[in-house]
Amino acid sequence: MGLIDKHALIEKNATLLLVGSLLVVTVGGIVEIAPLFYLDNTIEKVEGMRPYSPLELAGRNIYVREGCYLCHSQMIRPFRDEVERYGHYSLAAESMYDHPFQWGSKRTGPDLARVGDRYSNSWHVQHLTDPRSVVPESIMPSYAFLKDKPIEVKDFSTHLVANRRVGVPYTDDMISNANADLMAQADPEADTSGLESRYPKAKVGDFDGNPQQVTEMDALVAYLQMLGTLVDFKNYDEAVGYR
Amino acid sequence: MKFGTEIVFLGLFAFGALVAAGFGVDEPFRQHMWVLFFAVAGFNAMLMRNTDFKPAVPIDPAAYMDGPIRYGAIATVFWGVVGMLVGVVIALQLAFPHLNIEPWFNFGRLRPLHTSGVIFAFGGNALLCTSMYVVQRTSRARLFGGNLAWFVFWGYQLFIVMAATGYLLGITEGREYAEPEWYVDIWLTIVWVAYLILFLGTILKRKEPHIYVANWFYLSFIITIAMLHVVNNLSMPVSFLGSKSYSAFSGVQDALTQWWYGHNAVGFFLTAGFLGMMYYFVPKQANRPVYSYRLSIIHFWALIFLYIWAGPHHLHYTALPDWAQTLGMVFSIMLWMPSWGGMINGLMTLSGAWDKLRTDPIIRMMVAAVAFYGMSTFEGPIMSIKTVNSLSHYTDWTIGHVHSGALGWVGMISFGAIYYMVPKLWNRERIYSLRLVAWHFWLATLGIVVYAAVMWVSGIMQGLMWREYDEQGFLVYSFAETVAAIHPYYVMRAAGGAMYLAGMLIMAWNITMTIRGYRREEDPMPGSIAALQPARSGARKWA
Repeated sequence: MGLIDKHALIEKNATLLLVGSLLVVTVGGIVEIAPLFYLDNTIEKVEGMRPYSPLELAGRNIYVREGCYLCHSQMIRPFRDEVERYGHYSLAAESMYDHPFQWGSKRTGPDLARVGDRYSNSWHVQHLTDPRSVVPESIMPSYAFLKDKPIEVKDFSTHLVANRRVGVPYTDDMISNANADLMAQADPEADTSGLESRYPKAKVGDFDGNPQQVTEMDALVAYLQMLGTLVDFKNYDEAVGYR
Repeated sequence: MKFGTEIVFLGLFAFGALVAAGFGVDEPFRQHMWVLFFAVAGFNAMLMRNTDFKPAVPIDPAAYMDGPIRYGAIATVFWGVVGMLVGVVIALQLAFPHLNIEPWFNFGRLRPLHTSGVIFAFGGNALLCTSMYVVQRTSRARLFGGNLAWFVFWGYQLFIVMAATGYLLGITEGREYAEPEWYVDIWLTIVWVAYLILFLGTILKRKEPHIYVANWFYLSFIITIAMLHVVNNLSMPVSFLGSKSYSAFSGVQDALTQWWYGHNAVGFFLTAGFLGMMYYFVPKQANRPVYSYRLSIIHFWALIFLYIWAGPHHLHYTALPDWAQTLGMVFSIMLWMPSWGGMINGLMTLSGAWDKLRTDPIIRMMVAAVAFYGMSTFEGPIMSIKTVNSLSHYTDWTIGHVHSGALGWVGMISFGAIYYMVPKLWNRERIYSLRLVAWHFWLATLGIVVYAAVMWVSGIMQGLMWREYDEQGFLVYSFAETVAAIHPYYVMRAAGGAMYLAGMLIMAWNITMTIRGYRREEDPMPGSIAALQPARSGARKWA
C-alpha cells in the first residue's frame, strides 16, 4: 500500500499534521454553513416581521438568562400532531432577528414558538409565579422573583445599537426612543401611538398586574405574548416558501 | 525572585477586576467581577506565601514536567464529583420540582453548570493532564515553554470558575455547551492558544522520529476546538463593561453554526481527544501494541473529516433548508464506520490479553469505555436518520444517548487513565485499593445501564404519546399528561445517576488515599494468582 506508506511524511512533520488536520476539518463547515448566508431561498419572504420592541427584547434577554430554551423549544416541525398542538410550522423568517436563535433541543415543557395570545397576561403571571397552581402536572421551577425585580434600564438604546451592528434593522428613531418605548409599553397610562407605529402589533398595557413599576415579569410576559404573532399567514405562499 | 512577575501581573489583573466591579453597567457583571477579583486576589495571595528570594534551582531539561499533570489529575476527580453531583441534583429537580430554589438554583441555571461541569471541567481537565502526560512520554521531551503548562492549567481553572459562577448569576449566551459570555470566551481563547503552543512545541522538540497516534488525535482536537470556539462565540457586546452580548448570527444561520459547534464539541472534545487517551492508556495497561497501524491512519482522517458535517442532524425538520438536513444525515450515517474503526482498534489491542479482564478492573473499565463508545456511535447514526429523529428529537432519548456516550465512554476511559497515571505520578507501587476500583466499575456500569434504559423508555413513550390520535382524529394526550407519565422514569434516572456518582466518590477516596501513600491490605482480585489445581484422584494413579 503505497499511499499508507507515504503517511510517514505527515507523522514526522508536526506542521504538516497540524495544517492537514485543520484543512480537513474546515471543509464540512464551509460547505454547509456558508451557503446559508447567500442562498436567497434560505429565508422565506413573509409579511409582518419586525425587530423586537425594547420591552420584548428585555423580556427575551430574561428568557435567555433563565435558560428557558433548555426545556422549551421555539421550533414547530411540519408534522400533523405538532401543527395541531402548536400551530403553523415555524418559518426561518420568524427567527431572522433572533440573536441568538432559541429553537431549543428538548421539550421538557411544550413548544413556545406560538404561545403569544394563547393565554391571558394574568395566566402567565400566575403560571410563572406558581406553575403547579395552574398546571398540576408541571415540573417547571417558580419564577416569582421576577415580579419584585424592577427592570434594570440604564440606557437600553445600547442594546438596540448592538443588535443593529449584527444586522437587525433598528432605525435611528427606534434607538433614540428606546428607553421611553420600553417604559411606555408596560404603562397603561402612557401614550403608545409612537411605540405602536414603530413596532406594529406590539401588545401594550400592564402585564404583571402591578402598574406602579415596570418589572422583569412585565418584560418576560410581553415577550411571551408576542411569540409567533407577527407573521401574517393569510398572505404566506407555502409553495414559494418551500426550500 | 520566584513568581515575581506573576505576582505583579496578577495584582494588576485583580485591580482591573475591581475597577470593572465598580464601573460595570449591569448588576450581574458587577457581581461577576467581584468573583473574578476574589479568585485572582486569592490565588495571588497563595503565590505570595510561596515566593522566596533564593536563586532558582536549575531544572533538569531532560526530566518530564509532571507538576501540572498531578494538579490536573486531582482537578479531574474534583470537578468530576462536582459536575456529577449537580447532575444528580437537576435530575431530582425534574422529578421533584420543589427542589428548585429561585433564582440562582433553578433548573435553567443549574443545567449549564452540570453540562459544562462534566464536559469542560471534568473532561477538559482529564484531556489537559493526560495530553501533557502522553505527549512527553511519547515524544521523550519535557513540556515546551517553561511555566506555560502552569499557565494553561490555572488559566483553565479560572475559566471554569468564571463560567460556573456566571451561570448561577444568569450570565449566559444562551447557546448550549457554549454558554459563557464574551469576556469569558476571550479568556478561554487565550488559554487555548497557550495550550496549542504548549502541545505543538513539545511535539516539535521530540526525540522520537514519529509522532505517536495518540498525539494526532490530541492535536486535531486542540486545533478544531479552537476553530469551533472562536467562530461559534462571535458576538457583539452591548458594553465593554457589561455582561450581555448579542450573537453575530441570527436564526437559521445561528442555529447551524451552533450545532456545527455543538456536535463537534462531541466529536472533537469528547471523542477525538479521548481517542488520544485510548491510544496511549489501553496499550499501556494491557501491555500490548495497538492492533492496527493502518486502521488508525484511515479512521483518524475519516473521523475528523466526517464529524464536522454531522451538525445538521440536530436540526431535522426545522426551518433549516432540506438540503443541509439531508447532507447532515448522510454524513452522520457514514460516521458510523470511522467510529467503529476506533472501537475495533481499541478492543483488538487486547488480543492475547483478554484474561486481564478478570483480574484487572482498570482494563475492565477501559474495555467498557470502548464498548460504550461503540454502542453510542451506533445509536447516533440511527438517531440521525430523519424518520427516527422525528420521534426521538425533543425527547429524553437524546438525553439517554448523550449519557451513554458521556458516562460510558468519556467517563470510563478517563477513570481508567487516572487510575493508571496516579500511582506513577506520585511514585506509588500501586493504587490504594484495586477492589474499590472494581466497586467503582460496577456502580458506574449499572448506573449507566439504568440511566440509558430509563431514558429510552421515557423518551420513546413521550414521543409516541405526543403523536397519538384517537379514532376521531383528535390528539389523545395533552402535553401535561405526557409530563405526568414520565415522572416515575425521572425518579429512576436520578437513581441511576446517583449510582454513577457513588462510584465517582469511591474513586475520589481511592485516589486521595493513593496520593497520601496508603495501601489497603486486601486479598488479591479473584483469579489474579494462578489457582493451584487439586490433583484429580484418577490422575494420581497414573502418575
